Amino acid sequence: MINVALFGIAREIVGQSSLALPAGEGQSVGELLATLRTRYPELGRLRSLAVAVNNEYAGAEVALHERDEIALIPPVSGG
Amino acid sequence: MSHAFTAAERQRYRRHLQLPEIGEAGQARLQAARVLVVGAGGLGCPILQYLAAAGVGTLGLADADQVELTNLPRQILYGPDDVGHPKVEAAARALRRLNNLVHYTLHPVRVSSANVRELVAAYDVVVDGSDNFPTRYLLNDACVSLGRPLVSGAIYKFEGQVSVFNYQGGPSYRCLFPEVPSAAEAPDCNATGVLNVLPGLVGTVQATETLKVLLGLGDVLSGRLWLLDTLSFQTRTLRFQRDPARAAINLDTANPADYLDASCASVPAASELSVAELRSLLVAHTPPVLLDVRGPLEYARRHLPGALPLPLPELAARAAEVPRQGPVVLYCQSGVRSRQALALLQALGHTNVQALRGGLDEW
Repeated sequence: MINVALFGIAREIVGQSSLALPAGEGQSVGELLATLRTRYPELGRLRSLAVAVNNEYAGAEVALHERDEIALIPPVSGG
Repeated sequence: MSHAFTAAERQRYRRHLQLPEIGEAGQARLQAARVLVVGAGGLGCPILQYLAAAGVGTLGLADADQVELTNLPRQILYGPDDVGHPKVEAAARALRRLNNLVHYTLHPVRVSSANVRELVAAYDVVVDGSDNFPTRYLLNDACVSLGRPLVSGAIYKFEGQVSVFNYQGGPSYRCLFPEVPSAAEAPDCNATGVLNVLPGLVGTVQATETLKVLLGLGDVLSGRLWLLDTLSFQTRTLRFQRDPARAAINLDTANPADYLDASCASVPAASELSVAELRSLLVAHTPPVLLDVRGPLEYARRHLPGALPLPLPELAARAAEVPRQGPVVLYCQSGVRSRQALALLQALGHTNVQALRGGLDEW
């Protein structure tokens, strides 16, 4: 399983603050995002959604591993 | 930096002078520093309070708004007597009581591409406490153009984010969030609730990083994004790299549409109309042309009779299709995107366009 922590509007869309997902070894960040966008189409509307893997900003090509900590971080604008 | 402190200053700033990491030289640096705080709201208030109390020599306050009653729980420089008064004036009154050795420069303006260069150029560091994405991208790009560090903080409901951008060749806001979020991603600024103490937590972290930048102290939060979730009491610090192409985007190379304020723009009241007003116009002699600025799927699901689809993302390229004669009314689902479309068309010189307040949700 991989754990996905959700922030900002991503948390609103999914309706909870984290998700535990079964992940195939070697699945990429891009593939994970595609899966999530299928399950939660509203996520697909977010143009700027930073992904962190183990607290490191990760591009779509980064491969995931069992027990990785993922975070989906949209920008927020409140002041 | 050879500032001779008076006895009163020496006493006032003693706890800083006692820290070898600050001392007289550091306190003199603060006294010589010029810091621009954009937004005198929830974040701006604690930022300004602590920077003023610390003895930063010149503080610029940029905000075009007036104090409202709904501001008081979290914008702690203001009281009920300030309601209706310009924020920068009310803030300066409170700050002078706190520390009248500081020079306060008031900018009662909305920061825009027309004035941002001049504003930022007059300061050493910019602190972003604004409440909308266009201003955040504008400040980032201006700081890149003019080589200023940007101490950025933002809040949402129970969460906060802080990072220092463009610091000593470090990454910029665009390295983290390359695309300006669409209006659909930016909830109406005045419609989202927020825990009152949250901007206090986030703003004081911004003030801390500002002092570190000014003093050259410790490890500045550059290339790192600090995330605070008050509900789970979890914080995390995410590392990110400079992306040379994204970090190079500045005022001259950015897409000007990035700066179009939308969701929070105050459009003239006459530019918006209510559902009741539109209903009566539709049965009038010359009904308006209706433009649906939502996406094709939303249009397919439901639209007003006779409305033509013109999705907001295509509007800039297809603006020529919007009639310049006769009334035109834009609508979307909740009134946010239509307001953005209205701002875009008004910027292009369309004077015959109005937007439906509240959108289809109110229909």
